[in-house]
Amino acid sequence: MITLQELHKIREEKRKELDLRVNTKADTREKHILVCHGTGCTSSKSPQILENFRKILKEKNINNVRVIMTGCFGLCAKGPIVIIRPEDTFYAMVTPEDCEEIIQTHIIEGKRVERLLCKDIDGKIVNSLDELNFYKKQKRIALKNCGVINPENIDEYIAFNGYEALERVLREYTQDEVIDIIKKSGLRGRGGAGFPTGKKWELTKLAEGKQKYVVCNADEGDPGAFMDRSILEGDPHSVLEAMAIAGYAIGADKGFIYVRAEYPIAVHRLKIAIEQARNYGILGKNIFGTGFNFDIEIRLGAGAFVCGEETALLESIEGKRGQPRVKPPYPAQSGLWGKPTLINNVETYANIAQIILKGAEWYSSIGTETSKGTKVFALGGNVNNIGLVEVPMGTTLREIVYDIGGGIPNGRDFKAAQTGGPSGGCIPKEHLDTPIDYESLKEIGSMMGSGGLIIMDDTKCMVSLAKFYLEFTVSESCGKCTPCRIGTKRMLEILEKLCNGEGEEFDIYKLEKLAVNIQKSSICGLGQSAPNPVISTLKYFREEFRQHAIQKECKALECKAMSKITIDPEKCKGCGLCQKHCPVQAIEGEAREKRTINQDKCIKCGTCLTSCPFHAIGN
Amino acid sequence: MQENTEKNCCTEKVIDFVKNLEKVYKQEKDNLISMLEEIQEKYGYIPKEAQIELSEYLGIPMAEIYGVITFYSRFTLEPKGKHTISVCFGTACFVKGSKKIMDRLTDRLKIEPGKTTDDGLFSIDETRCVGACGLAPVFTVNGEVYGKATVQKLDQVLDELLKEESN
Repeated sequence: MITLQELHKIREEKRKELDLRVNTKADTREKHILVCHGTGCTSSKSPQILENFRKILKEKNINNVRVIMTGCFGLCAKGPIVIIRPEDTFYAMVTPEDCEEIIQTHIIEGKRVERLLCKDIDGKIVNSLDELNFYKKQKRIALKNCGVINPENIDEYIAFNGYEALERVLREYTQDEVIDIIKKSGLRGRGGAGFPTGKKWELTKLAEGKQKYVVCNADEGDPGAFMDRSILEGDPHSVLEAMAIAGYAIGADKGFIYVRAEYPIAVHRLKIAIEQARNYGILGKNIFGTGFNFDIEIRLGAGAFVCGEETALLESIEGKRGQPRVKPPYPAQSGLWGKPTLINNVETYANIAQIILKGAEWYSSIGTETSKGTKVFALGGNVNNIGLVEVPMGTTLREIVYDIGGGIPNGRDFKAAQTGGPSGGCIPKEHLDTPIDYESLKEIGSMMGSGGLIIMDDTKCMVSLAKFYLEFTVSESCGKCTPCRIGTKRMLEILEKLCNGEGEEFDIYKLEKLAVNIQKSSICGLGQSAPNPVISTLKYFREEFRQHAIQKECKALECKAMSKITIDPEKCKGCGLCQKHCPVQAIEGEAREKRTINQDKCIKCGTCLTSCPFHAIGN
Repeated sequence: MQENTEKNCCTEKVIDFVKNLEKVYKQEKDNLISMLEEIQEKYGYIPKEAQIELSEYLGIPMAEIYGVITFYSRFTLEPKGKHTISVCFGTACFVKGSKKIMDRLTDRLKIEPGKTTDDGLFSIDETRCVGACGLAPVFTVNGEVYGKATVQKLDQVLDELLKEESN
């Protein structure tokens, strides 16, 4: 337990000490080497990089340099990332072997290690983080602390106004005042559906019942989305603080975080954060001496996508099969163990403390008329700058793909972007200039979703993409209601027929009919939205479905049953690169001769396609 | 993680392990999933002895426990192979060609995803996003992530494992 005075003292002292993290002109002799410890960089050995730095610094007896682990910087494509502050030097794709050189050249000699400096898409060397095009159009609110603080150290969170919002709420505001601020800010649920957050809080507060609960939905199941994970890994205390604020506002003393067990790093850091907050008396009984009690427990998800649906999540917390309940009653009236329960998603919570500190007006000045604030996207697929981006609502898809994402690699063309994962839809080229907000995306047949944003180039087959999502929903359907359990399976079978070259034109009609029926008659959001990937691809890429059904042709070469890879003898220069790369020795021909493909051996993996420098291989 | 899993253990050990869990977890039904997680982590599957013990402790019928185990994809009723190779099927990996990696893997090991080879050496899994989208496509071998994967890279890793096993 610490007193409020002690908390303020920590904040003041630590803030001075950490000034160099955010101020390039900080007056200090110290340097901080920040090593990204998000899941992406950790997978490419960033913990070893951190170890090496510490070891070398110790050996060389350098005392004014600290090595810090941080959360995700966002530009995962360039990982592992090392940033040296205060000068803000950005080293990309660092290996454990590079540490020695960085210490020697950068720290001791005061020069930059040129070969490791990050290069932008245009090949320009980037001297500091802010120079990167990737960051220029971003605005970081939910990710404010990611990549700045050590997520396993509560003092660093406190230094950057951490737990100040909670203190202000408990000491100065009534419950209704807090709810009013959130309502005025215009914040809407970031989990996908976009329900106004303040309204949800109000409904739960008004619900009758002594015992109420606050739940954080961190069951980020959308494949290809990692926003919530990055927030939990990079800034776990922001979620704890917001949950406590929510607890005060609705009158709850207990919170649960339901997090995927597939996120071991996030779970680990959450556990540390909760422990530290308890030790400081920020969680527990009589917080800040105001008489308010609040504590948080973690519950692990066990790999079921449907548990991201709020009522299924509640069932799972109760230790049961995660099958959705029929709504109404909504969780605000009858949630965990039948008690009024507030459920928000991680990213929604990550905005709360900022809104309290900076005011509802500030927040609602960002974004569009109906969608306020920022949205975090996990940008992935065929785009140069894969990573985590946070942009004001209303930013266009074109800005995200080309300005922030750096365009499509290998000189290919943009074909479609997929938002909302298995519940969302595809956005084709002609809608690249659509501003991203809840309403606009819905209008063009997609949805905001939780924030997965997958870019596809012109080599992707949209029928097989639709099939991929249906495979996902079929295996994740909980089985409770018939339209979803059987209907999605039937849809998948039709798509399989099309991809195997056994389809017919009538199948397309059947697909559409089924899709509409499933949308209308399923119990929960999973079923109601499961046909979306099919409906939207049919809407924009109908011709491709017809090619599969009628001409039995997959122009993208993805549907193996229909594809036959051949080498154009006109273009082949006989370099033999394809032969060298072929994993099954299916390419025949002697040195400097034109090559041919033995169709019996070919497994249509497409490796030769990408290896040919003369674009001589196709179908 | 995989290194900690103990396979082919005897009944008493399993029951002892569950009894130890009982000291940590209260006798409340909502602890079922958390306790199953620990058992899965330790043994790589949920042995029947553990289910019986849990059923008695938490007062939940065996059928219901079976229902929960089969509902969640993290729990399995069969022991895993010595090496688990998982191919990520998150959208980012799918778009970058993880299907080709999986096709090659099932081709070479002659088993379907979710199954274990007869010699008990390899299990193959399709996993949802492991979160290393910057390295897509990704496969993992016993929890270790191999990024920017190609069919060649998979072959290389598989060849090494097979060589290691034949020695």
